[in-house]
Amino acid sequence: MDWGALHTILGGVNKHSTSIGKIWLTVLFIFRIMILVVAAERVWGDEQDDFVCNTLQPGCRNVCYDHFFPISHIRLWALQLIFVSTPALLVAMHVAYRRHEKKRQFRKGDQKCEFKDIEEIRKQRFRIEGSLWWTYTSSIFFRLIFEAVFMYAFYFMYDGFRMPRLMKCNAWPCPNTVDCFVSRPTEKTVFTIFMIAVSSICILLNVAELCYLLTKFFLRRSRKAGNSKQQPNHENKEETKQNEMNELISDSCQNTVIGFSS
Amino acid sequence: MSWAFLRDLLSGVNKYSTGIGRIWVAIVFMFRLLVYVAAAENIWKHEHDEFECNIKQPGCENVCFDHFFPVSHIRLWALQLIMVSTPSLLVVFHVAYRENREKHHNQKLYRNPGKIDGGLLCTYLISLILKTGLEIVFLVLFYKLYNGFKIPSLVKCDIKPCPDTVDCYISKPTEKMIFLYFLVATSCLCIILNLSELSYLIFKYSIKCYLKRHVKKQQ
Repeated sequence: MDWGALHTILGGVNKHSTSIGKIWLTVLFIFRIMILVVAAERVWGDEQDDFVCNTLQPGCRNVCYDHFFPISHIRLWALQLIFVSTPALLVAMHVAYRRHEKKRQFRKGDQKCEFKDIEEIRKQRFRIEGSLWWTYTSSIFFRLIFEAVFMYAFYFMYDGFRMPRLMKCNAWPCPNTVDCFVSRPTEKTVFTIFMIAVSSICILLNVAELCYLLTKFFLRRSRKAGNSKQQPNHENKEETKQNEMNELISDSCQNTVIGFSS
Repeated sequence: MSWAFLRDLLSGVNKYSTGIGRIWVAIVFMFRLLVYVAAAENIWKHEHDEFECNIKQPGCENVCFDHFFPVSHIRLWALQLIMVSTPSLLVVFHVAYRENREKHHNQKLYRNPGKIDGGLLCTYLISLILKTGLEIVFLVLFYKLYNGFKIPSLVKCDIKPCPDTVDCYISKPTEKMIFLYFLVATSCLCIILNLSELSYLIFKYSIKCYLKRHVKKQQ
């Protein structure tokens, strides 16, 4: 069980996301999870071993380390990534529920069901409308909240995003104020700023996706109100064709990027 | 053999679960297994090396560590994850038994071998009760072994060969406590989900039974 399993789970949601959602997922996996696993974990690997205090008093180092790092950066990022990925599961569950209902309709031999076999139901891509729109939008909203909360927690716990070289500690049993030196402070600062920057990009992508969905929702509503007198079928078919073309383009782009990352 | 094995096992169970059961599987994957592997394991990695006592007496540190940590938190956590996931296998075995029976008799004995009714319902309910019971047992074990869910930064030890009462310092106590609380919170969430699923199934099938009886009486 590792980040690869998360990739498999979220990859399924990818099919039903908007284009912005697919970009967000790519950014999440390449610039956050991959960087965390391949690089950041090594930088923080020796954090307590190489945290050195200018005293031989046993226990002083432990206590000072615990005082300055209540929870390590790397663990906080791991938790942030897990919490931020979880809302997408809501969408996955909703899609699975819809598929289950369609399969039940198909098995009952309902004439409303337009599918020829179960394979088609399994491969079907659901449009983001109706109740799925609400689930999708709430998932983006929760993602935004979690990102913001974690960024604030980071800023609050570490007084900014810089890792100082030297920390002064006078917690018991340290005899006096002792100087404690953090290992690789510059490298840690660089990675911290990188991760914060990518989090901000993800927040912007989520906000853009939210605006896009809301705009689409209101446009559809006004169009429905306007089209109630005209023929609805002709315009819907053209819309569907354009959507299919957009999906093909974004799917091929997505496959190229995901294939490269895996 | 690794956690991937447990993940594959639970994916198999997912097929025969109710909606609440699937939420339970998702929570176990995301908030327990993934957090354990990606974050928690590394915190406890060097706990013995970083456990420091204010004494040079050889053997004192070893003895004190062993006294305060008979079983490490992280190992108890791993055992809990494995024990809590295992009762779901009962359901998988029962479904496999049903399918085997149908193959053996060469005829359709059940409308759907994976549907939760009859004997499979009993197996499912037993697995839910076992899951809940094991969660509670492990939470109580954590509480009793470590005197609550707190991890102190300093412990006083006076076991031989330590000459007197010595101060021993635990590494990363705050971080360990945060993850311990996380473990307790997710365990409680899973207990609530299991109990809701139990009540939902009992309620659903008693209504079904009652309606069947009512229809029979009318006929």
